[in-house]
Amino acid sequence: MNSRLIVLVVPFIVIAIFWLMARREAKLSHDPTHKGYFERNGMTLGILFIALVALWTLFLVVLPYLYMVVESFHPQLPPSKRGGPEDVLTLAQYQSFFVQPVGGGLNVTHIGAFVFSIIASIAVTALNFAICYPLAFYMAQSGGAQKVRLLMLALIVPYWVNEILRAFSLRLLLASKGLINQMLMGFGFTDAPIDFLGANVGLYVGLSYAYLLIMVFPLYNAIESLDKNQIEAARDLGAPWWRIHKDVVIPYAKPGIASGCTMVFMLSAGSLAAPQFLGGPRTLWFTSVIYNFFFQNFNWARGSAYAFILLAACIALVMLMLRLFKVSLGETIK
Amino acid sequence: MKSIWIMKGMIGFYIFLFFAYLFGPLVVMGITAFNTPTYPQAYPFESFTLDWFVKLWNHRAMMEGLWNSIIIGLGVVAVSVPAGLAASIIMSQIYHRARGLFYLVTISPLLTPGVIIGISTVIFWKDVLGITDFTKAVFYKGIILAILGQSSFISAYCLLIFMARLTRFDRAQEEAALDLGASYPQVFWHILLPFLKPAIISAIVIGFLSSFENYNTTTFAILADKTLVTVLAGEVRQGTTPALSALAVIIIGVSLFGAILYELAKRREQKRAEQAQKRAKVAERSEGETAALPQPSSA
Amino acid sequence: MSAGVELDHVTVRFGDFTAVSGATLDIKGGEFFSFLGPSGCGKTTILRTVSGFLEPSEGKVRIGGKDMAGIGPNRRPTALIFQNLALFPLMTVAENITYGLRVRGIDKDMRAKKADELLELIALPGQGNKQMSELSGGQKQRVAIARALAVQPQVLLLDEPLSALDLKLRQHMRNELRIIQRMVGITFIYITHDQGEALTMSDRIAVMSDGVIQQVADGKTIYDEPATAFVASFVGENNPFAGTVAQADGSSALIETKFGRLRGRNPRGLRAGDKAILFVRPESIRLGAGATDTTLSSAVKSVAFEGNMTHVYLEGVGKKNITISVGRQGTTSIPEQGQVAAISYDAALGLALPEGQLARE
Repeated sequence: MNSRLIVLVVPFIVIAIFWLMARREAKLSHDPTHKGYFERNGMTLGILFIALVALWTLFLVVLPYLYMVVESFHPQLPPSKRGGPEDVLTLAQYQSFFVQPVGGGLNVTHIGAFVFSIIASIAVTALNFAICYPLAFYMAQSGGAQKVRLLMLALIVPYWVNEILRAFSLRLLLASKGLINQMLMGFGFTDAPIDFLGANVGLYVGLSYAYLLIMVFPLYNAIESLDKNQIEAARDLGAPWWRIHKDVVIPYAKPGIASGCTMVFMLSAGSLAAPQFLGGPRTLWFTSVIYNFFFQNFNWARGSAYAFILLAACIALVMLMLRLFKVSLGETIK
Repeated sequence: MKSIWIMKGMIGFYIFLFFAYLFGPLVVMGITAFNTPTYPQAYPFESFTLDWFVKLWNHRAMMEGLWNSIIIGLGVVAVSVPAGLAASIIMSQIYHRARGLFYLVTISPLLTPGVIIGISTVIFWKDVLGITDFTKAVFYKGIILAILGQSSFISAYCLLIFMARLTRFDRAQEEAALDLGASYPQVFWHILLPFLKPAIISAIVIGFLSSFENYNTTTFAILADKTLVTVLAGEVRQGTTPALSALAVIIIGVSLFGAILYELAKRREQKRAEQAQKRAKVAERSEGETAALPQPSSA
Repeated sequence: MSAGVELDHVTVRFGDFTAVSGATLDIKGGEFFSFLGPSGCGKTTILRTVSGFLEPSEGKVRIGGKDMAGIGPNRRPTALIFQNLALFPLMTVAENITYGLRVRGIDKDMRAKKADELLELIALPGQGNKQMSELSGGQKQRVAIARALAVQPQVLLLDEPLSALDLKLRQHMRNELRIIQRMVGITFIYITHDQGEALTMSDRIAVMSDGVIQQVADGKTIYDEPATAFVASFVGENNPFAGTVAQADGSSALIETKFGRLRGRNPRGLRAGDKAILFVRPESIRLGAGATDTTLSSAVKSVAFEGNMTHVYLEGVGKKNITISVGRQGTTSIPEQGQVAAISYDAALGLALPEGQLARE
């Protein structure tokens, strides 16, 4: 158990270091506006604020994350053996992602699921950007105020229906007995139903459908603040429409684009419902692999390791994208 | 001239397609809720029925899940809204070198896949609550873990809502109240909290809805309990029944109703603001024409 | 009740920047006192130090003789009117006015009575239930004053409260402020960068520049007897002529400038060899030659007829701009553009001051 406890102390050390730094700085430089924390908030509220924030950031965010990471560096043991001599730090869980623990050989199944999830998420992100950009641009630049409000409402209402039911509704359309196949066969385009779900069409459509709104809003917010005159000016100078977008709108809306793409990518890569309900029978999404470690194999340590791999890969990819597009993280989250 | 019409037509067609994509599946699902076949089908429409709504009502697991979802939603709101509010205030007061890290920590749950939040919540609290048999028996429950897990990212939504509102807060208001003799806590209760009221309402609504429809985190954190969404997931995995369509119809109905109420409230607010402005304009016009103050007798 | 305010060597520093340095002043109870200076001169810092939002880095602030160190803004006998008024938009007019009483725990009935009284004072009777958004700019101004007066402060601090109003209303409100001050009889400390406001309303004025108080005096003295080059150039129009003192005695000095030797009064006791600036106001200069040590030659650059007077802009040696104002009583004919004109002034209206920083235009 010791390694687990040691890690949990880390955040408190970090807090203590910052506290000491703040104390030192306050002593060194006289600031005439400075007020002590409790002087500013009063004792009761001051304590309440700190308690709430500590509960959230420490006990709901930092400590569970750290604990999960630590768990992933331990062997999977029955409860009775936890903390015993066999409970040592190990990289076995991470190795098992690359090399099959039983029999050796490359772990094609899991690596494949991982790569597929990442690539499919990127594809869905690109697809959503292509679908949403024209609408966001229209709403931000051409629509009247009344119209925009109505469109907004129309965008939001479907999102009050939860993810599962939305996946369900797509399944009704795309299943072999679904409406689309009925129509195709009715018009005589095909004799036998097309297996949309088996071909992962359902999966892509489901993911795209689930996160349309997440893409539209950041794009809309970013484009909305662009001065209409800039577009007019570009048009006056004779720029064709695609150059206006390439040279004026997209560079300006970059933070919004980065924000929308980041969110859609992260949500797709981490999604569970669409792959479970719309994926083909042989399609393995990486979150489903993690899910199975928890609910079928009861191997939490390995599940934790896989979860950490997913998280690290997603963050690395997002950071890379932000670096490529020269947008800071702060601009992205608003 | 002609090209503009073509352009307009294309834009209109595109918007039509977009919303067809958005609403089409829901409309089809809605139709299946009123059709008799046991496999949810929209066409051919055999005959109208409300049976599926009755089935829904009698679905015990679903009703139990609904009840749990409401409890969890309320619990999440009770944790997240105060936590987000407190964090937004601490964000402005925290030691400036620690602010970046604090911000990163508070928004990290938004960048973490929900699955991972669920897993870490369960792993951590299982050991923490497992320290004594009593805590394990009383607190190691799906509902409590779901509240904790969901709160970690819903608090971040709340924080962002409050921070957005606070950027429009005029610090001079706080100083004015202090100058008039208010204590700092009084400034909080009298000035800041009323100013934040719209944000608090948004945070409550958004927090509750996010909790209500969350699947990824909840499916791990809920343990052996169930919420409406996890029950639904089970149903969808097992097969398909028009009762699910019926549920969707109810949800859409309720949300449309809510949206209309919201729109009406907003219009009324706008009207009121316009009227106030009109009155201010009238007062402005008569300004200076009347000698406003009596001349002092001894001057 | 009114109390005086004493600043005793008050210095306020923000990190390396000194906003106010060594301010020492004695504002009497019941006085209408203004701080006048360009933006960034430290006048707002002084106001915030008096009201308690800032603690002085050195020195003391005393109100009614009592040291205010460690006493927060909410426990000082001062009330501040903010530049943007900072009225509470979510409260009604009456709630705004009586907010200070509410936090003092005064009951509802008393508050309602007090609100009526104050609404009467600011000529908005019966309008207590209005929302702030329904009021005009001038009405908001008056509500802000009533809100501050409700807590019966001994000192009222005003931070450029008229700057947001249009010109006509601003002049109207100057008058009202002065009337209110006489009615309530408490000390008013007024911050402004507008010399017209300071001169018309105040009993005394402190002129500030770069965190230093340049001069404290009544308006007439500030205008006629500026103590430093900054005050001379900041308050009213003035023509500065820089040079070196050639001769000086107790009452007058002769300054060697590019225009020749010019004479002026010498209140600061300049001595021969000192660097000095001679100031002559536009209205003190007349067209035509006078004594040799008060006459300059220059060329007319442009003429601006302003109705009650005419401004003549001239250019002297080394492209030096000189402005003169000619009233209408005289029979003097105004020269035309490009004409060379001799101009002169009365030696008693020239003022020699030690060299110093001038106010920027």
